[in-house]
Amino acid sequence: MPETYIARSSAIAARMLAGEMMVMNSADSKFFTLNEVATAIWQAADGRTPLSQIVRHGICEKFDVDLAQAQLDAERFVAELSTHGILLVSDRPFSDPAAAAGQL
Amino acid sequence: MSLMAEVGQKAFNLGVPLAIHLDITYRCNERCVHCYLDHDDHGELTTAEIKGVLDQLAEAGVFFLTLSGGEVFMRRDFFEIVEHARRLLFNVKIKTNAVMIGEDEAARLRALNVDTIQISLYSHRAAVHDAITKLPHSFERTIKGIEFLRDRGLRVTIANVLMTANLADHFATQKLAADLGVHYTLDPTITPMMDGDMSVLALRIPGEELGEVFRNPALVPNQEEFCAPPKPPSDEDLEGYSCSAGHSFCYISPYGDVFPCVQFPLPTGNIRRQKFLDIWNHSPQLQEVRSIQARDLTTCSSCSHVATCSRCPGLAFMEGNMRGPSTADCEKSFYRTGVPTANMVKQGLSKPRTFASGAPLIQIQPAAAIA
Repeated sequence: MPETYIARSSAIAARMLAGEMMVMNSADSKFFTLNEVATAIWQAADGRTPLSQIVRHGICEKFDVDLAQAQLDAERFVAELSTHGILLVSDRPFSDPAAAAGQL
Repeated sequence: MSLMAEVGQKAFNLGVPLAIHLDITYRCNERCVHCYLDHDDHGELTTAEIKGVLDQLAEAGVFFLTLSGGEVFMRRDFFEIVEHARRLLFNVKIKTNAVMIGEDEAARLRALNVDTIQISLYSHRAAVHDAITKLPHSFERTIKGIEFLRDRGLRVTIANVLMTANLADHFATQKLAADLGVHYTLDPTITPMMDGDMSVLALRIPGEELGEVFRNPALVPNQEEFCAPPKPPSDEDLEGYSCSAGHSFCYISPYGDVFPCVQFPLPTGNIRRQKFLDIWNHSPQLQEVRSIQARDLTTCSSCSHVATCSRCPGLAFMEGNMRGPSTADCEKSFYRTGVPTANMVKQGLSKPRTFASGAPLIQIQPAAAIA
């Protein structure tokens, strides 16, 4: 099965508020808040780390959740944010993730 | 409650500065008749200082950043500032007159993913707009700027200030915005000048004219609710606060002075001398502003409008008492509902008293001048 790589879009604005990440896409001004688990995925979206690794090391080890369920939830979350242009998804590492990601 | 409103409430409750208005210059290429600013440069923050402030604001949790002036494009480092702000992942809104925006500037703003550009336009007629800005051909250049930005897919809002000089034009200006395919806002607030000069208040439209604005369905979609007589305030209403000024919002001047709001000239500190978070967390003035609940307001706490009035504590402060009424908002409440305010009743007025120039308001100066 091919790996999935995720990177934060450069079109977004983002900031932590009381443990939750606020995210807004400038293209449509859609506003989201991410819970703690989603925030951890978001912060790990460096364009180079495969999603499976993010889930295994960044989610399961930290939040004590089942790997298969966490992988499914993460894929759903990534698919939803990618439809809003907030996360970029590829089956290969991004060549210039810094251009997409910005710093938090 | 929308998600955005929930987040706003959360920031308010936690005392997080969610939104900041930063004027990067007071210099301007226009000389609008209603403008309250002194356009001379008295020592603006340098590029490095502004970048340092932005770093601090990001660390403090600021999400919404409005860059304004003066005219922001008067600074040669404007794009460097926006680039830095976007690197820090702020949601950036820019206020400008768009006179200096050509195709290249529009393309750069698009590439930087700026959220919204708010552009001042005062009439659909060039002669009226140019007479207000005192800059020949400004109407033509502003419209071109709007078109460049719109064509790049940027979200543009025309901001019109309603005053005696353009009172007859606001419907047609609203239509022009629709024809251009951009948003439109209208504000009848005229603010006293920074040096305490009240003469500019003569430009305020007569209160009677506000009724027509409030009954424009394109501006006020929920008129029945908006214009309904106020309900008696509840205990919860009396525990409420006026607005987000000083709670989850504040204003920073081009000289680094921090105020609760752009329209609330109470000096609370200067970021050249203190860290932003030290001012935000420990300024006695900000703490005082935050402590004021509706029940603490002189006169207004006994007013039937207290829960629904747009009372601006900054305008009240400029009238001499941040806990007192803001006459301009008394006027709005009266003409919105037809119900006199407690302030009017106290003064024995059947209609609000419009400000005359030279009314005894406090003098407002940049904090640097006070220090």
